[in-house]
Amino acid sequence: MRRYALTGYAVLLLVACALPFFVSEYRTFQFTLVLIYSIALLGLNILTGYNGQISLGHGAFYAIGAYCAAILMDQAGFPYWATIPVAGAVCLVAGFLFGLPALKLEGLYLALATFALGVSLPQLLKYHHLEKWTGGVQGIVITKPDAPEFLGALGLALNQDQWLYFFTLGVTVVMFLLGWNLLRGRLGRAMMAIRDNHIAAETMGVNNAMVKSLTFGVSAMFTGVAGALGAIAIQFVAPDSFNIFLSLTFLIGIVVGGLASIPGALYGALFIQFVPNIADEISKAAPWAIFGLFLIGFTYLMPMGIAGAIRLGLARLTRKAHNSQPDKS
Amino acid sequence: LDALIHQVLAGLATGGIYASVALALVMIYQATHLVNFAQGEMAMFSTYIAWSLINAGMPYWGAFFLTVGFSFVFGVVVERVIIRPVENAPVLSVVVVFIALLVILNSVTGWIYTYTMKTFPSPFPEQPLFGNKFMSSHEIGAMFVTLVVLLLLWAFFRFTPLGLAMRAAAQNPESSRLVGIRVGWMLALGWGLAAAIGSVAGMMVAPIVFLDPNMMGGVLLYAFAAALVGGIESPGGAVFGGFLVGVLENVLGAFVIGNELKLAVALVLIIGVLIVKPSGFFGKVHVTRV
Repeated sequence: MRRYALTGYAVLLLVACALPFFVSEYRTFQFTLVLIYSIALLGLNILTGYNGQISLGHGAFYAIGAYCAAILMDQAGFPYWATIPVAGAVCLVAGFLFGLPALKLEGLYLALATFALGVSLPQLLKYHHLEKWTGGVQGIVITKPDAPEFLGALGLALNQDQWLYFFTLGVTVVMFLLGWNLLRGRLGRAMMAIRDNHIAAETMGVNNAMVKSLTFGVSAMFTGVAGALGAIAIQFVAPDSFNIFLSLTFLIGIVVGGLASIPGALYGALFIQFVPNIADEISKAAPWAIFGLFLIGFTYLMPMGIAGAIRLGLARLTRKAHNSQPDKS
Repeated sequence: LDALIHQVLAGLATGGIYASVALALVMIYQATHLVNFAQGEMAMFSTYIAWSLINAGMPYWGAFFLTVGFSFVFGVVVERVIIRPVENAPVLSVVVVFIALLVILNSVTGWIYTYTMKTFPSPFPEQPLFGNKFMSSHEIGAMFVTLVVLLLLWAFFRFTPLGLAMRAAAQNPESSRLVGIRVGWMLALGWGLAAAIGSVAGMMVAPIVFLDPNMMGGVLLYAFAAALVGGIESPGGAVFGGFLVGVLENVLGAFVIGNELKLAVALVLIIGVLIVKPSGFFGKVHVTRV
């Protein structure tokens, strides 16, 4: 099974690398956004899916990442790639600090507090004392990066969209590997133990407070990196693009993609990027109506999301294949 | 000082609206231990219904009571059809369903009525009552309506058998079931009442903030803050919290931090109360048994 999985990921990566040479520039841009969303969803999934802390305000960390990147490029003249680790670090700290008080909040109350964060965020970003940096309501416009020169010298001429796609793909692979390792390791196990039974975890020697705050920080870091990439890809940040519906989009992404599943982040990202595009043709309001129906539908019928359905389907198929052997379970 | 008095009184008027929504939240919390994130959107939807009725030529109060009745039925139906299946599900699923309800109501309203702002009439006269210079008559009227709703609700729970049954169902579902109370229906009734109270709040706030699908976002946040300040299990506390939050919001907004950061007041209040005193001013402290 592990070998199949590895080959599967290799094929997926190959397809991902070949993609921008076969689709239009606009589609390439859309797939860049899919990758960016998948990082953000992985971040939220680490918190909500693996650690059981509900966040309805993860758009806030996405916004912090985006503003970090934009301000560093606009004011400090940072090159675009250098803003990503800074945005990640800032969000790690911000998330950890928000996670400290959030520790005392469980389930519903945490959802409430983060919901409040998500709703009040655009107002905070518009705050006039910060206008010098944030550009107030107007936001900040940044320039799109060009492909580095040496690629052209190697005979691999990429246009801006293609370069951005490959850059994002590289970051995505790094972040997913990071997330995968993290979740398999000590911290990941501690997270899941707390989600399943925090009292038992505590008695087993898991430092609940530390792990939960750290998870919040790590989760915010992923989302912040995605935010920075998003700002670079869209070349623009403004307060009103980070309203509560952004946070809710992320929630929809992980519920539809699959809670506590790493590939689920990718399915969720595909869903939140492409379904509104299709639905937009019906009405401006239709995407959200459809999102809502999907949310309810998935909660009732497919609580493990697309990833869970695929896992279930695969399990059925393989069981059929082994039918000749007696089944122990 | 005049400015301060004006802000406090205006705060009391909006506070009344927050108190109503907070009360609706508390009603649902008491019965099911859930916080309804869609409460604001349900109120907003009801207000649009009222707008349609008034535009169709119905007199204001006729439309008002018809809307309240409709909202009640709507609340009951929502509980029966959408909330029932996740009654015993983990918190996350329930929150997701509430969020789904929120976005569906929001987008469907936008779909039917478009996202442009509409004016909503006030039933109260234009000129200030009793020649006072501090409050508009709509603000006084809204406060009066809120207080009437509170009084009715209190009387309902205190003096009617149905109110008693609902309280019993919320407090101890198993025992209530044993004495023949239909607990499921009591929950649905609670939802209906909450939706009806919400619709009153929506119709009272709409002349102030104008009618648009996102009008309740801020109100809902203040109502959360109000419910938490008062203790999320205490109806009286929710009302007190509502008025307190309304006054705080107005006074701080006008004199201390400026109008731009008004929503942050709610954020700070919510997080502050949850950390310092999670049971609020009037709530009970619960001890969980391992």
